[in-house]
Amino acid sequence: MLLLAISYQNVVPATPNSDRLFDFWTSLLILAMLVVLAVLLLAGQILKRQPESVFDPAIVRTFNKRVSTWLTICVLLVVSLLFNRTVTVVLFGLISLWALREFITMTPTRRGDHGTLAWLIFGFTPLQYVMVAMNLYDFYTIVIPVYASLFIPARIAFTGDHKRFLERSAKIQFGLLICVYALSHTPALLYLELETYDSVTQTKVPWTGKTAGLLFFFIVIVQVSDMLHFVWDRLAGKHVIASAINTTKTWEGVIGSACCTALVGILLQFVTPFTWYGAGFMASIISVMASSGSMTMSAIKRDRGVRDYGTLVQGHAGVLDRIDSVCFAAPIFFHATRFFLNAQ
Amino acid sequence: MKQVTVPFLVMLAKVLSGATVRWVDCEPDTCQRVYFANHTSHLDALVLWASLPKPIRALTRPVAAADYWQGGPVRRYMAKSFNALLIDRTKIKVHNSPIDMMIRSIGDTESLIVFPEGGRNHQPEMRPFKSGLFYLAKKRPDLELVPVYIDNLNRVMPKGQFLPVPLLSCISIGAPIWLESGEKKGSFLNRARQAVLDMKDGSDAES
Repeated sequence: MLLLAISYQNVVPATPNSDRLFDFWTSLLILAMLVVLAVLLLAGQILKRQPESVFDPAIVRTFNKRVSTWLTICVLLVVSLLFNRTVTVVLFGLISLWALREFITMTPTRRGDHGTLAWLIFGFTPLQYVMVAMNLYDFYTIVIPVYASLFIPARIAFTGDHKRFLERSAKIQFGLLICVYALSHTPALLYLELETYDSVTQTKVPWTGKTAGLLFFFIVIVQVSDMLHFVWDRLAGKHVIASAINTTKTWEGVIGSACCTALVGILLQFVTPFTWYGAGFMASIISVMASSGSMTMSAIKRDRGVRDYGTLVQGHAGVLDRIDSVCFAAPIFFHATRFFLNAQ
Repeated sequence: MKQVTVPFLVMLAKVLSGATVRWVDCEPDTCQRVYFANHTSHLDALVLWASLPKPIRALTRPVAAADYWQGGPVRRYMAKSFNALLIDRTKIKVHNSPIDMMIRSIGDTESLIVFPEGGRNHQPEMRPFKSGLFYLAKKRPDLELVPVYIDNLNRVMPKGQFLPVPLLSCISIGAPIWLESGEKKGSFLNRARQAVLDMKDGSDAES
């Protein structure tokens, strides 16, 4: 209600250079999302009470855990956006740190890597998010892939420990790339300045919507894609992609969720600067990337012999389990959007 | 001053170590205990102490090396905040053995945290235990000896580093043991060491 009230003020006086992050349509999407998640949460609680013969309790537990984590993330995101963009960037920075922590805990490093890891956590991660908050596009897109990826092996070499050198460098680089670099493109969506093609005047005009809408479009599509993937795997899954990595992910799931997510993308077109077919296209890209992300993370977990990051150390939520699909989809969605619609 | 800095230190220790505490076959209790653990990092004493519930923490004193914890005002202040019992390893005499000091200082109320490996260990294998635990158990047979396994904290802060890297660690607290009547020193120390190792295997099996 608060959101609608805030956005209502926004719609009626329509101050053109208003700094508000929500407009009416974005608020509608957020409210719908929160309502759906709350309903799912309720449904999960009801399912939990059913006898074991009706539903597999393991699946119900996974479902409940997923829904409650997503609800937490979404509520935090909405609250942070009520303040301003910087708070949202900080929120993502903290999520990154937590994910990186889980990733490094899982992958064995040697004593010689300690200094490098300290650089990652106290140096590159904060730097990346500061650059995102300052909208320094030219820097935040290259600092980690260029500078950090060269710095890491050099720093390890300087410590003089050459055992499994390439393996250790690669692990640390990969962790930084996925947990920090890739994820930081999600709040970076908020800073995009986009333009759309006006078919009446046949010219390009600045997009009047809010980038918070774009961010939520992305988050919702990733969640929907994950969910549809699960449903397709269960209902129509025949051809398992790689049973050595994940026994439940099937080709039917990937293709089915990409197509269905495209439909959802078209439905949600109203918060984006895309045309209807553009929104559908973007949604299917997000879906394919999300599937690739969870497959990749499954491969890493399988290699390390852990089932999910949550059980790595007892009692931790397992942030990395939830955001693996976001991490893979974020940079692609960001750059595709920017490529097609960036204001010159 | 202490009311502010102690909770701050506790919070800092918890955030940096990301420690999960598992009480396996053992309940938190304020009865007199000796927690004995493997030792791989300077943070061990602080983190284990911080992860105990508050009423127990108030009654528990980590035994730590004086040469490290008296090096510099910050460490000295920290050691004072978490009520450490500092033992000077260079001045161990027969008439003033650390065991007597420990027993004197805990009286009838307090508990201890000890690291029977002697010093910090940098090998993956745990070292054999020093005999202190045995004499402690012999002089005070009423104390509950609680094995603790600290996992992954050596990666948070290895030797010679001053900046901790906040990874996730795990502290497993196991069922208490006692000195059996007539038990020899060697077999008791092996049994105690095995009790700590069992907690390690337990945490591996679950992950």
